[in-house]
Amino acid sequence: MSGMAAPATPASGRRPGVVRGWIDLYLTMFRIAILNNIQYRVANYFYMIGMLAEPVIYLVVWSTIAREHGGEVGGFTPGAFAAYYIVWTLVRQMNIIFTPYGWEGRIRQGELSAMLLQPIFPIHFDIALLAGWKVVVIIMWLPIAAVLTLLFPPELSVTPIDVLVFAIAIWGAYLVRTMIYWILGMAAFWTTRTGPLFELVITAELLFSGRLVPLSLMPQWAQTVADLLPFKWTFGYPIEALIGHLPPAELFGGLAFQLLWIVIGAIGVRLVWSVAIRRFASVGN
Amino acid sequence: MAGASAPTPQARRRREPLRPLRLFWIYFRIGALNELQYRANLAVQVFQSLIALGTGLAVLGLVYSQTTTLGGWTHAELLAVMGVHILMSGPIGVLIQPNMERLMEDIRQGTLDFVLTKPEDAQTLISIREVRIWSTVDAIVGLSVLVFAVAQLQAGLGLVQALVFVAALLLGGLTIYCFWLIVTVGAFWVIRMDQIVELFTGLYQSGRWPVTIYPGWLRISLTYLVPIAFAVTVPAEALTSRLTPETLALAFGFAVVVFAFTRWWWRFGLKHYGGASA
Repeated sequence: MSGMAAPATPASGRRPGVVRGWIDLYLTMFRIAILNNIQYRVANYFYMIGMLAEPVIYLVVWSTIAREHGGEVGGFTPGAFAAYYIVWTLVRQMNIIFTPYGWEGRIRQGELSAMLLQPIFPIHFDIALLAGWKVVVIIMWLPIAAVLTLLFPPELSVTPIDVLVFAIAIWGAYLVRTMIYWILGMAAFWTTRTGPLFELVITAELLFSGRLVPLSLMPQWAQTVADLLPFKWTFGYPIEALIGHLPPAELFGGLAFQLLWIVIGAIGVRLVWSVAIRRFASVGN
Repeated sequence: MAGASAPTPQARRRREPLRPLRLFWIYFRIGALNELQYRANLAVQVFQSLIALGTGLAVLGLVYSQTTTLGGWTHAELLAVMGVHILMSGPIGVLIQPNMERLMEDIRQGTLDFVLTKPEDAQTLISIREVRIWSTVDAIVGLSVLVFAVAQLQAGLGLVQALVFVAALLLGGLTIYCFWLIVTVGAFWVIRMDQIVELFTGLYQSGRWPVTIYPGWLRISLTYLVPIAFAVTVPAEALTSRLTPETLALAFGFAVVVFAFTRWWWRFGLKHYGGASA
């Protein structure tokens, strides 16, 4: 499988270098994604506002409970919840990956053929294109965050180290999630009815990632389960890296765990891919 | 003798007030036959509905592990809200959403011509031609949750209350349909509307909780802008002895006004449709 090879470099003369090739590829994809998405601002805002409903609902529900219990629940005040769920909105945007549902189209309609013709492992297209989209999304997110901050005043004090770790962790989260859902999406090589499988995983993610509620509010057994799964490194950890005043061991240890899951995920992607691609057939695409 | 010739299609339509229902029945049968080819999808739908139900119950359990009432609503009452919420997602999934998605697609591709050239009311046709029968599973699950919740309610449920509940539910369904169509008509001006489904699905989740717990600006938005309150909270209030005649009257008045507006808005939008000689 030549799939993992570096982007093509000119045959003649000095080879400009593998790294340079990758950087060029990624920068080009970024540009394409940014230009593509900047055209559809209304569609993007619809998408983002639709996504806002989820954290705002959680925030309102948990703030209501906190207020009804003398101002806090499980150590969280309404202001702390506000901080958690406002940061959540950015983490959620960063967490958008090529949806496993998209794999159905790729495989059923044969779209994958075009990707296979290119001398690059297809995951790079997804990572680069969605990363470029995120640049647009982050810019569009800023006014939303400002409005949310006015509506739900957060209690937030961060150190520069928190910000730094957060800035790395959101990209780590993006890669962990990309790996998980790529492996999952490849189930479409075997069956067209992948929906139930995805929903099961998405539900597990909802419950064990800190997406629904800060993990510390979950029952102890659920926290233990969450420790064994990759999901909390995609939601709970990045959020708490910024707002949670984590001790240094946890703050930096989290990045190591993310790296671990990215490596495990990448190995998983390669293994599943090598078996799955043999099942792929398409005509005239 | 020309005067005694067969009535025109328009005249026939006027004499047949139940024609939309008859058309709906025809499309429903076609849709059902279509989906019955893919029976395994029923199992898929049941599985997905059960996952959604399980998640909802888990969230509710989590909330009530920390408190006994939420904004004055007990666990059983919130279960009723959840039941109405799932129940309402039945007609949305069966009829409203698939039709609106198809409408968006048709406007973008110019294939709406096929609807406009038919000798029937175009709004009726675009509202009923897609039917996804397997989504009725949601309605059944919702109804089951509702029955379970009502059985737990201390006050029980009288006949009048049940009738009011059904009326509120129908009004809510109509309002939600109007909301979808109003937004979808935007596709006559804005090309890419596909994200609207995400928008609605996201906002609809807010109906899981009674709108009374939301802060004022959000409560008003969820009542008049995106009518989740009329679709879910008001019927749930009818079940939990919270509904006042004023609120019911408001729901009725709002449904009538918004329906009339939708009708006008649809025709207005249609004038901006260029077609594509499909």
